[in-house]
Amino acid sequence: MTGLFHSVLLIEEKCRGCTRCIKNCPTEAIRVRQGKARINAERCTDCGECIRTCDNHAKTAITDSLERLRDFKYTIALPAPALYGQFGPTVEPDQVLAALIDMGFDDVYEVARGADVATLVTREYLRAHREVRPMISAACPAVVRLIQVRFPALIDHLIPVDSPMTCAGKLAKESKSRELGIPPEDIGAFFITPCPAKVTWVREAVRRGFSSVDGAISISDVYGEVSRRLASPAPAPARRKASGAGIGWGGSGGENAAVGLGNYIVVDGIHSVVGVLEEVEVGRLADVDFIEAQACVGGCVGGALTVRNPFIAHVHLERLVKRFGDLPAFAASEEEDLRRRARAGGFDMRQDIAAVPAFRLDHDVSRAISKAEMIEKVVKDLPGLDCGSCGSPHCRALAEDIVQGLAVDTDCVFKLRDQVKILAEQLFDLAKKNPSAMSAEDGAKGRKE
Amino acid sequence: MRLECRVTGGDFQAAGEAAAKLKRTLRQVGIDAETGRRAAIVAYEAEMNIVIHALRGVLSVEISPECIEILANDEGPGIPDIPLAMQEGYSTAPEHIREMGFGAGLGLPNMKRYSDEFRIESVVGRGTSVRMVIKIASKGSQT
Repeated sequence: MTGLFHSVLLIEEKCRGCTRCIKNCPTEAIRVRQGKARINAERCTDCGECIRTCDNHAKTAITDSLERLRDFKYTIALPAPALYGQFGPTVEPDQVLAALIDMGFDDVYEVARGADVATLVTREYLRAHREVRPMISAACPAVVRLIQVRFPALIDHLIPVDSPMTCAGKLAKESKSRELGIPPEDIGAFFITPCPAKVTWVREAVRRGFSSVDGAISISDVYGEVSRRLASPAPAPARRKASGAGIGWGGSGGENAAVGLGNYIVVDGIHSVVGVLEEVEVGRLADVDFIEAQACVGGCVGGALTVRNPFIAHVHLERLVKRFGDLPAFAASEEEDLRRRARAGGFDMRQDIAAVPAFRLDHDVSRAISKAEMIEKVVKDLPGLDCGSCGSPHCRALAEDIVQGLAVDTDCVFKLRDQVKILAEQLFDLAKKNPSAMSAEDGAKGRKE
Repeated sequence: MRLECRVTGGDFQAAGEAAAKLKRTLRQVGIDAETGRRAAIVAYEAEMNIVIHALRGVLSVEISPECIEILANDEGPGIPDIPLAMQEGYSTAPEHIREMGFGAGLGLPNMKRYSDEFRIESVVGRGTSVRMVIKIASKGSQT
């Protein structure tokens, strides 16, 4: 499928064509061809694993620049909870929020506050829907995409609740639009993002039409500007409204601590997530109610666009979680409004999570079956070393690529060597042969009577 | 097409690999997600039964556009009382296997529940063979 936007992209000049990224991609979306990595847009989940594993820094993420603030009459920053974790223990969330305003945003709405909303809605959903277990959080866009691409049967297990970012964008735009009497289209909401997957999610939503979030600026891009402004204490008014539990969503385990319902599993790191989803797919873990799954080790603080070491950032977040406690995030009336809205489908994102059959060999099942059969034949002929030298992640993937016409068997260095050997033997045999017009011992003498 | 995997009794390290291989192929063939899932569950349970109870066995799968046929043949102790073994919650798995989260007595009932045809034969002291068929409802549809 062409035209799919992905935040994660390759910097050609830096790519040396090694096999590190192809080996680590959880959806086998990367191949090395003509000495450069190529990312298959249909399969890519923007998890950022290739950015992390590339020693040549040849993978990067496209994000929005601060320039885009000029496209809107009024702008709101939506800082991810993970942003708070980037700064030392003496820095107050209010200072960070004031710094964002000073940088040029007209207002801020914490995504941690959006997480308070998502907590409430998720609880409601889990209570009301007991037919499917385990339910899987849809807060991490890379995990959602992983399920769409690799585990389509688990789509029904996703909790179709808007992510904290989307909740924040929706509520921020609505209240500002009402307060200022301007149409929501004039308001630009920008997520301050820890990861490329969110950038892709936002772009996708914008492409589909009116979106509650208009752009995503990376934490690493604002880090310097924010740090510079932290020396002075935050001016009034106080802007932090998020609860400690909401802030906790920025690290792994935070979502469960906030939602706090039933049996749960916390899993982070994309490969560990794959392992758990494999189990769910074969019907295990049905006694688990809720799975909090995040593509990055440590949760959002481990995102590819963050600055601080994720474990240190997590400690910073935990401190804030304790400080701002588990006080109720909303006034009773506010909470009732949100509940009513949730019941009416106001935070439902079911339409955004259809299956993406990116592994299908053919649109026609019969043809796909014969291709699968050919793959079994081809794979038996490959060495099974899974070295990756051919540019495909393992021998089976090469077999698939060969059957799909995307590679040839001599892309395998061992197959190539075999062929060279056969050819050399044939050459040798040929060299020994004499045309019948010449003598057997010495061709040069010719045949004599 | 036909896939065949050898399964070794007691090998919990490799347990689940046969089902994983089947899942990969089903995803490529483009069988609808729900049918694929049922096949994966059935194959996994059959594979685990061999790992838990038998000496060795073979899991073979035949995929056609109309149905998925799964055969699990093992050499092992066999099942003396099949109706009893089919009851939910009944299990002969030893304690150390239950501690791994297996042997809840749902294997055979689930295999029957998720397949459209189910047949089991067993000879005590020889082994067990199970045949399951899952029909593909929507031929060539989107996953």
